[in-house]
Parts: sequence; structure tokens; C-alpha cells
Amino acid sequence: MNIQRFLALLKKEFKQLLRDLSSFLIGIVIPLMLLVIMGAGLSLDVKNLPVAVALEDTSPTARDAAAFLNGSAYFSPHYVTSSKEAVALLDQRQADAIVVIPPDFTKRLAQGQASVQLILYGVDATTANAANQYLTSGLEAWQAKWAAMHGEGGQSGAISVVHRQWFNDANTSAWMFVPGLIVIAMTLSGVFLTALVMAREWERGTLEALFVTPVRPLEIIAAKIVPYFTIAMLGLLICLAVAYYGYGVPMHGSLFFVLLASVEYIFVVIGMGLMISSLVKNQFLACQIALVISLLPTVMLSGFLFDLRSVPTAIAVIGHILPATYYMELLKMLFLAGTNMAIVGKNCLVLFGYAVLFFCLSLKLTRKEVA
Amino acid sequence: MSAAMLTLYHIYALIIKELLSTLKDPKSRVILVVPVFVQGLVFGYTATYNLEHVPYAVVDEAHSYESDRFLAQLDGTGIFDRVATLSSPTQISQVIDSQQAMLVLTLPPDFSRRLYAGETAPVQVITDGRNPMTSALAAGYVTSISARFNQQRSAHKPLVDIRSRIWYNPNNITRNMFLPSLIPMLALTQVMILAGLSVARERENGTFDQLLVTPLTPPEILVGKAVPPILIGLAQATFMLCLALFWFKIPVVGSLATLYLTIFIFLVSCVGLGLSISAIAKNMQQVMVYCFLLLMPMILLSGLATPVRNMPQVLQYLTYVNPMRFAIDAIRRVYLEGAGFFAVAPDYVPMLAVAVVTLPLAGWLFRNKLS
Repeated sequence: MNIQRFLALLKKEFKQLLRDLSSFLIGIVIPLMLLVIMGAGLSLDVKNLPVAVALEDTSPTARDAAAFLNGSAYFSPHYVTSSKEAVALLDQRQADAIVVIPPDFTKRLAQGQASVQLILYGVDATTANAANQYLTSGLEAWQAKWAAMHGEGGQSGAISVVHRQWFNDANTSAWMFVPGLIVIAMTLSGVFLTALVMAREWERGTLEALFVTPVRPLEIIAAKIVPYFTIAMLGLLICLAVAYYGYGVPMHGSLFFVLLASVEYIFVVIGMGLMISSLVKNQFLACQIALVISLLPTVMLSGFLFDLRSVPTAIAVIGHILPATYYMELLKMLFLAGTNMAIVGKNCLVLFGYAVLFFCLSLKLTRKEVA
Repeated sequence: MSAAMLTLYHIYALIIKELLSTLKDPKSRVILVVPVFVQGLVFGYTATYNLEHVPYAVVDEAHSYESDRFLAQLDGTGIFDRVATLSSPTQISQVIDSQQAMLVLTLPPDFSRRLYAGETAPVQVITDGRNPMTSALAAGYVTSISARFNQQRSAHKPLVDIRSRIWYNPNNITRNMFLPSLIPMLALTQVMILAGLSVARERENGTFDQLLVTPLTPPEILVGKAVPPILIGLAQATFMLCLALFWFKIPVVGSLATLYLTIFIFLVSCVGLGLSISAIAKNMQQVMVYCFLLLMPMILLSGLATPVRNMPQVLQYLTYVNPMRFAIDAIRRVYLEGAGFFAVAPDYVPMLAVAVVTLPLAGWLFRNKLS
């Protein structure tokens, strides 16, 4: 590698970078937008779930049974007097759940055999699941209270489950999503940025023009990596600042390892981008491949939404092939839990391995040949 | 030849040319087909909030018949997989931090005494909040197992029998809600970029000016440019539909005609967006960057992964211009619920509005913006 040639190339790359705003759009605006919009927008909690309550029994007892819905942040109840009306509301998509309290509820409750029917809109399975749990536990709590007041049941003892969630003291989805969103943003901007810009050079033949000069492939690649790395790193620092100051996500682990892992990961994604562009040498294909191998798998398979410990084994195996999985695990741990050296060390090593692998592969693929 | 015939002939010729230029390259053909299948399969298996394995640890300070029986019920589910039996609560942080266990149960020393005395015996459940969704689900599983346990121990029947029914998705399988949503999602990412590139590529190669001087009128060019990506999108949607129908065996409850009408309207709005971008952008690279800037929020704010209702109000307003949101809603409803044309027609309005604005805009820009 000749330093002088490298510096000349580097100068050219930076000039090219500054001339076209799209690199900044990809490297900085996309990550920022992702973090700001998605961090605020993604929430899996059930809030203000529209519930149709069919009070076919209008007695005070029946009303009391459904009273837990009033004033709860989870539900916004809508009272009707027949299950028919309630079903109509569900069909018009004005209710996601129905609670039917049948006409003989009070009478049968006195005999100890009342029933309540819950109907959930299963098209949105996640909400249906959560709504089912909340509604059931609300009704059970009322039942226990009623039984205690009327001196019934209770003699046989019961288990109550006390649930505490660690690492998410604020209990907000934002805490969990933000570290993951950083991973997605870095993957996206890194792979996309490099793949797209390089593919354009291949497509337009400007790389071929470079090949007739004395520069070596290593110099070309190194000169490409430096500017993209700078942009990606800038994007990362902005993301970290937004996470820490904007969302108040704690940083329990060491900042040093967050940065180390991020630098490694940026090399991994830039390497992936270089590889893609050298393989296909076409902007449309590079863009599509970048999408297919970066965005969607990172969202779906890296443990962002779906914990890899509870998915089918084959999927977990695929997930563990992705470098993003290791970065995801690291960031979540370092942000929310603390520095567990065994895992941090292992994942940093894996990321390092991937970075070297992709770099070598892209170097091998960027040979001086005319397409 | 009449004027109408001539117009049709012009459009037909342009469509054939466009399809040829997209499909003549074998790599392009591969990238349009393979990702749909691979992603459909992989996401079909991953996209589940129904847990398959829950590695858990237990601190059994009770060591009694009752606690053994409770744990046996847990182990008997086939989902809970005990990875460690701890002797003291101080070991909890170690198994959670190292991600060995997703959930730790603590049965207190007075567990059995309380049960026999007819009191409530609290079972503490600690979960790994780094993935709050999975951990909340796992805690929910423990709650329902303990409810079953209580019922078995209790001599009485419960006072109120709560019967939940989940409509349209009786076993509440998340995959059933997810796969139909993949139909528009997988088509969206490629169709929009295809439409976007169709004009930009010609601009970059200088052939668009040639197209403008042919006898084709701008509306003819617009239609000729719009139809091929729609056709490709329909083909991709069909692949995905076949996968959902024949591989994952999720039956279509509604009519196929309504389903295809929905997909068609959605694709028209996407192509409108793509062509507008194409007309605004200077080159192919900008098209891809702009498409990307649009695609990200379109996918994430569509209700695909998290319900729209949970988003902040401002973002909810923003989703009204997102055709993807309405496409997912309509497709899920037709597919799973069997909703008819009139039930989902309100979803068509925003999608058509996007198309009505973007398509003429693109047409106008073709003529009025010469590079």
C-alpha cells in the first residue's frame, strides 16, 4: 500500500462525498429518523383498548364486575345492553374485545356458578393476547374481592403470581426498542451506503477507470472505507446521544465496550456492503440485496422483536449466523444490564471475526477486472 | 386504426419494453422471486409471539409436596425448560445476567403453609426485561398455569367462569396475523423501487428524452410506466399468498376477488409514490435513497409489528397518508375475518387518495422537468 496514492484517493472520496447529499441522508438522517419516530412510535403495551361491554344484566353487581374497566389506562369501555350490539361494534372495528355479562349473572353468581364471556378480535393476535390476560385478571380480581366480601371460597388457598421485570425499571417499550433500533439503523445505513455508492461506480465504469491507474485494490477499498466509516460513526454518536439524553435509556455497562463493539460492527456492515456491490455491480440489485440481507433479517431474526431463545431451533440457528444478533445482544446488555465480561468478550470476538471475514472477501472480490 | 386503439397499442408497446428491460437480466429475475419465498418462509416461522421454549430457573425454598406439584405442572408444559435449580435468591442475578434463564421463579419457604392455611401464597416471577415482550408473555404463561393449579386444588368451582373466545384466529396464532401482512410488505419494497428506477434509469442513460419525442403522450407514458411494476407486484403477492395458503395452510376466509382488489389498489398507490420520486430525483441513487427514507416509516408505522393505536397521536395522524397501514388492515380483515368489499371500502379511500395525488403529479413532472 502506497500512502501517497492512498491519500490522493482519500481526497477524491471525500470530495465526492461532500458533493452528494445522499450519503448524509443515508448515514445520518435515516438513523436519526428511525430512532426518533420509531422510538416514540413502537409500543407493544395495550393502551386505550376499545372494549364493548354487553351488560345484559343491568344490576349493580353486574356493573360492579365490569367497573375495573373504567378509569383504566388499558381500556376504554363502551357500554351496550346486548351482545348483538357489541358484536356490531366489533364488526365495525370500533371494539377490539367484548365482555358479555349474561342476563342471569347476578342470580347465578349467588348460586356460585356465574359465567362471563370474553370475545377477542383475533386478527390482531398480539393485542388479543394481552387483552385476554388483562381482562381475565381484572375479572378474577373482582371475583376474589366479591368472594371475600361474601365469605365464599378462599378456604383452599391459592397461588398469586407477583411479576417483576428486570432491566426495564421505567417499564417502557422505548428502553427495549432503542438499543435495537440503533442496531437496525447502523445495519441499514452501513450496508446500504456502501453497497449503493460502490455499485454506482461499478455501473458507471468509474472503477474501471481507476483500474487502469497504478492503484491497488487494497488502496481503493481502504479509501472507500474511511469516508463511509466516518459517516457511520457520526450517525452512531448521534444515535447514542439521542438514546441517552432523549429517551433517558440508562447506560449500565461500559461506554468503552459500546464504542468498541460499534466500531467492529460498522466494519462488518461496510464489508457486507462492499461485498454486495462487488458481486452484483448493479445499483438496483445491490439495493435489493442490501434490503433483503440487512433490514428485514435484522428486524426479524436478530432478537429485536422476537427473543431467539423462544423461537423454533432452526430459526435460532439462522439468527445466530447474523452478525447483527451479536451486536444486538451486546447493546441490549450494555445499555440495560451492565458489563458481563464473558458475553461481552465472546460477542466482541465474533464481531471481530466477521469484520475480518467480510473485509478479506471484499478485497478478494474487488480485483482489477473489467466487467 | 382508431385513436383509442392507437393509445392502447402505444401503452402495450411501452409495457412490453419495460417488462423486458426489468426481466431480461437473470439476476433481476432471481431478486424478484427468491427473496419473497425466503422471507415468507423465515418470517412465517419467526413471527410468532407464541413461545416455543422458555429457559427458566427456580429457587425452591419451600421444598414441599405442593411446590413440587406446581413445578411439575410447569415442566409438563413442554415449553418451560428448567436450566438451573438455585439454592438461594442471591444466585438469581447471575443466571439472568448471563442470559441462561429468561425467567426465575421463587417459591417462598412458607409456600405450603400458606396454601394449607387457605391464604394466598405469592410466587415471585423475575423476568429478563431486555426483551419485555417475550418476558411478559412468559410471565403470562406462568400466571395461567398457576390459575389452573389453583383450580385443581380448589374444592369449589370458580364463582365466575370466564370463557374467552378469540374470533377469526381461534388458537391465537400470531403467524396467522403476520403472514397476510407480509403480502403487501414484500411487494411494497420492490415495487416502489422498481417504479422509482424506471424513469430515473432512462434519465441517467439519456433515453427518457427520446421517449418524450416519440408519438406517445405523457399520460400514455405514465400508464406504460405504471403497469409493469403493478404486474410484478401482483405476481409477488400471488407467490406470498400461495405460501400462506399451501405451506402455512392459513385459509382465506374472504373472497379472493376482494383480496386482489385490495392488493391492486395498494400497488397503484405504491407505484404512484415510486413514480413521483422517480420524477423528482436526479439519478438512480437519489431514487433509492428517497424510496428508503419513505419505506422505513411506511413499514414501521403500518401496524405490522405494533398496533397503530399505541402510537403517539401525532404519528397516528401521519399514518393516514401511509397506504401500507390501510393495506394491512384491509388484507388482514379480508383474509382472516372474511370482511366483504363494503366493510373494507373505507380502507381504500386513503390509498386511492395517495394514488390520485401522486400519479398525475408524476405525469406532470415527466413533462415539466427535463434534466
